[in-house]
Parts: sequence; C-alpha cells; structure tokens
Amino acid sequence: MNSFARHLRKEWLAAVLFLAPSMIGFSIFYLFPFATGLLYSVQDTTIDGSFVGLDNYQAVLSSGSFRKAASNTLLFTGVSVPLIIMLSLLFAHLLNKKLFIRGWLQTAFVMPLVVPAASIVMMWQILFDWNGTLNAWMQHLQAGRIDWMKSDGSILVLIMIYIWKNVGYNIILFLAGLQSIPKDYYETADIEGAGELHKWRHITWVYLTPTTVFVVLMSIIQSFKVFRETYLIAGDYPHDRIYMLQHYMNNMFLSLDVQKLTAAAALMVCAILLLVSAMLMLERRFRSYME
Amino acid sequence: MALLRKTMLTVIMGAFALIMLFPMIITFSNSFMAESEIDYNYHLIGKMVDVAAGEKNEFINLKLIPDWVSLDQYAEVLIHKPMFLHMFWNSVCIVLPIIIGQVAVAALAAFAFAKLKFWGREKLFIVYVMTMLMPFQVTLVPNYIIAGRLGLMNSSSAIILPGIFGAFGVFMLRQFMLHIPYAYLEAAKIDGAGPLRIFYSIMLPLIKPGMAALTVLLFVDHWNMVEQPLIFLEDAFKQPLSLYLSRINEGARGVAFAASVLYMTPMILLFLYAESYFIEGIQMSGIKG
Repeated sequence: MNSFARHLRKEWLAAVLFLAPSMIGFSIFYLFPFATGLLYSVQDTTIDGSFVGLDNYQAVLSSGSFRKAASNTLLFTGVSVPLIIMLSLLFAHLLNKKLFIRGWLQTAFVMPLVVPAASIVMMWQILFDWNGTLNAWMQHLQAGRIDWMKSDGSILVLIMIYIWKNVGYNIILFLAGLQSIPKDYYETADIEGAGELHKWRHITWVYLTPTTVFVVLMSIIQSFKVFRETYLIAGDYPHDRIYMLQHYMNNMFLSLDVQKLTAAAALMVCAILLLVSAMLMLERRFRSYME
Repeated sequence: MALLRKTMLTVIMGAFALIMLFPMIITFSNSFMAESEIDYNYHLIGKMVDVAAGEKNEFINLKLIPDWVSLDQYAEVLIHKPMFLHMFWNSVCIVLPIIIGQVAVAALAAFAFAKLKFWGREKLFIVYVMTMLMPFQVTLVPNYIIAGRLGLMNSSSAIILPGIFGAFGVFMLRQFMLHIPYAYLEAAKIDGAGPLRIFYSIMLPLIKPGMAALTVLLFVDHWNMVEQPLIFLEDAFKQPLSLYLSRINEGARGVAFAASVLYMTPMILLFLYAESYFIEGIQMSGIKG
C-alpha cells in the first residue's frame, strides 16, 4: 500500500472516531425517532400495527381541525415573514447610517431575542386583554374595543409578538450583508451619476440576495416557534384564528392519537423540505447568474 | 446639516428602540410595586365588564412608576416561596449539562465535517441541518416512547440527553472551522501530528470565540424551554422556572413581575456581557460554507 492510500484510510478512520459520539446520540434521539414516526404514520396502531397505506394521511387531510390549523399556519407565516423581512431590512439600513449611540440602539433591537417568553407573558396580557391598555388607548381615540385574544385580531397580536422578538436577529444578518458590500461600487455608481434608487436596486439588492435567502429561511423556521408564546398566553385551545399546526399536534398527542399526529408531522416535514429546497435552488440559480 | 440629520435619525431610531425595550422596562419597574398596588392596577385582567348592566367601564391601569417603591415582591418570591429558588436551580441543572455536553460533542463532530474527508460527508451534514429545522412536535411521539424505554420519563435526562445531541452546535462550529485555513493544519500534519493532536492543540484554541458564541446561543434557547419540560416532566418538583412562571400568571399575580425579572436577568446580563459573541454567532450561522 502506498503512503497516500494509507493516509486516506487513516483520515477516514479519524472521521469515524470524531463523529462517533455525536452520531450515536443523534441517531438515538433524532434519526431513529424520525424514522419510527414515519413508520407509525402508515400503520393502524403503534404496537404490531399493520400497513394501512395512506389512510392516516387521508384522515388527517379530511379533518376539519387539521385544515384549520394548516391554513392558519400558512396565513401566519405568509403574512408575518414578508412583513418582518421588510421591517428588518429597513431598520438595518437605518442602523447602517451615521447615528449617535449606534451600539446601544442595536443592543435594544436584539435584546428581545434573549428575553424568555414566559417572563413577558404578563406584559402581553396587560396590553391585549379586553380591559387592557391597548383597548384603553383605542377607547380614547373613540375607536371602540376589540377582544384581541378572542377574535380574528389575535393573529395580529401574534404577528406583532413575532416581529418584536425576531426582528433583531434579521437586522444583525442584514447589517453584516450590507457591510460586506465593497464601498467602491457605490463610489463608481456616484461618478456615473446613478440615483439612490438605481444604486439600491442594482448594487445593494443584488449583493444582499444570498443574505435575504437565508433570512427568509430562518424567519419561516422562527415563525413556527411562535407557538411557545401562543401557548403561554392562550393555552391548549386558543381562538380559532391562532389554532396552529403545533396546537393540533400537541392535542393529538394529549388525546393519544399517534397515527394522526405522525401523519400531520410528516406532512409538515414535507412542506418544510419543499420550502427549503426551493429557497436553496433559488440561491443556486442566483449564484450562477452572478458568475 | 449633516449633524441635524444624524440627530433626527438617532431620535427616530431611539423611539423604535424604546418600543422594543418597553415590555422589559415595564416588567422591571413594576417589580418594585407592592402586591396591593399590583392588585389594584391589574385586577381586571381576564374579567368581562358588563357595561350594559351598569358596571363601570374601566381599564387596566398600566403604570410605569409605582406609587411606593417596595421590595415586597422580591422578598415574597425569594424567601416565602421556596419553590421559586428550587425551580431556578432546576433550570440551571438542565441548561448547564446541555451546554457543556453539546459544545464538546459538537466540536468533535464539526471537526470531522469541516476538515476531514470521508465518504458521504455532505449528505450526512444535510441530514443534520434538516433535523435542526424541524419543529419539536414532529418527533414528539417517538421521542416520548424512547424516553419511556430508556427509563427517562419524569427525569431531567429526558430533556438533557436530546439537548446534548442537538444538531445546532455541529452546524455552527462547522461554519467557524471552515474559516480556519487548511495551511494551519497542514503545518502540524507535516510535523507528524495526528488528527486528535491537530484538533486539540490547533483547532480548539482557534475556535474559542465560536464556542463562546455557541454557549450564549444555547443558553438563551434552553433557558427558555417550555414544550419539552411540559411533556417530559410531570412532577412539578422537577420542572424548570419557565413553567413556574406560566403558572404564576394565573394564580399569584402579585409576585409575577419580580419572578419575571429574576428569570430574565441571567439572560440579559449574559447577553450584555457577551453581546459581541452572540452577534458573531448569529452572523457565522448565516455565512454559507
């Protein structure tokens, strides 16, 4: 055996050793459960179940509460993600300008990210209760009250909490993207007499595209995590408008309906995978376009 | 002119910053209210006032500054409610092992993914990343069954073990390691150092900032855990602080603000102390390898 081949084999062996602790635990606590879940979703019971094909999926898809949960999740993600992207891009631009106490301002925007959801629930109740502060202000403006958490307005509350919590994360990413654009591009454009809007579209936006793809992806994933806040404010059965897929799965778990739960989970995973691959394809196409 | 613009922009952004900080400011200032004043201001939460029946149309009285500054709430939480400190300690006992375990396990695996060549490397890494994206509920049932089989139900290990093997650490440390040039490692290889030696004496010192960033992000994520303890820890005596607070909001509203402040303070202090690591960690996870 020549030394090169021996070297390669040694590296392979080393990789196995380095990976072993992680792989063992990862398989037990993530891969194996995931595969088992998939198996359950095509069986009739969890213990010695027989194969029933897509029956469970059919049951889930025709269930009213699943449809409600799925459309709510879609609505929430579809509205809140574009909104948070626009807002965080705007704030990143502003924070990238000349400002006093810029570091402090940035800290303020990122701070909500580290504040535990449970410690701020009381605050949301005070703001959005029927007798809450928001309604007091609205009454003051002669606008009448809304029972925020028990009406369609509840989804607005969730969108607001989601943006409040996650906008800082996106601002950080966009700021890094903005600061990595070489300054001389703008200088060249200035010499050629390009307007602000033109510069933004043809330099800033083009160079921010990879960052944006990543931010959109992270925002979608974080939009699923708003369940924690919803749960803490509104419990197992919130108003219809904010009954999300996670509520559905949680309740299926509590009622021990494993088949429906695993089928719903598999559907959600498929949706996420489709989304992720679409985003990555978009990015790849953009990269080849740039080259 | 430029100065005026700068000032105006600062004022506008300052206003937005204040909105962002508003919930924390209120929580902090109200934690110095006496219980009686809390009750007076906030007793209307969750009540339906029937205006038609002649009841007065009242609102919750959101107050920034208490009439009397009092340490009642803190005394109540820290001295008269032993459960609070107990659950605080539970949180610590869950979060610390997860951080130490995940940083160690992830550093080893990330080294293999970033700097060693083996068959199927990219594919395996994609599998890791995919699990990172899934909501917790997706593997809820199988996880529950596995915890049962391993005899972990109602023990904090049911949360700690999956926490240690979470994919996020592997993902982030790999991103950091990709930025370390091969040349550093080659030099050691020529000197006859094996992979373990290279990892230990060259890679580890270089990715210290990465490990610090990971520590901060993991702390934030797990200190805030709600779903997992809710499912895996039925025994209230073993539950972490997050669940204490979700219960206190219903019952003992009088001490909720002080309890919240005590719960969020470790996070905020850590964040202010290690903000640059926190931000670097987020930015690194955004850079494609």
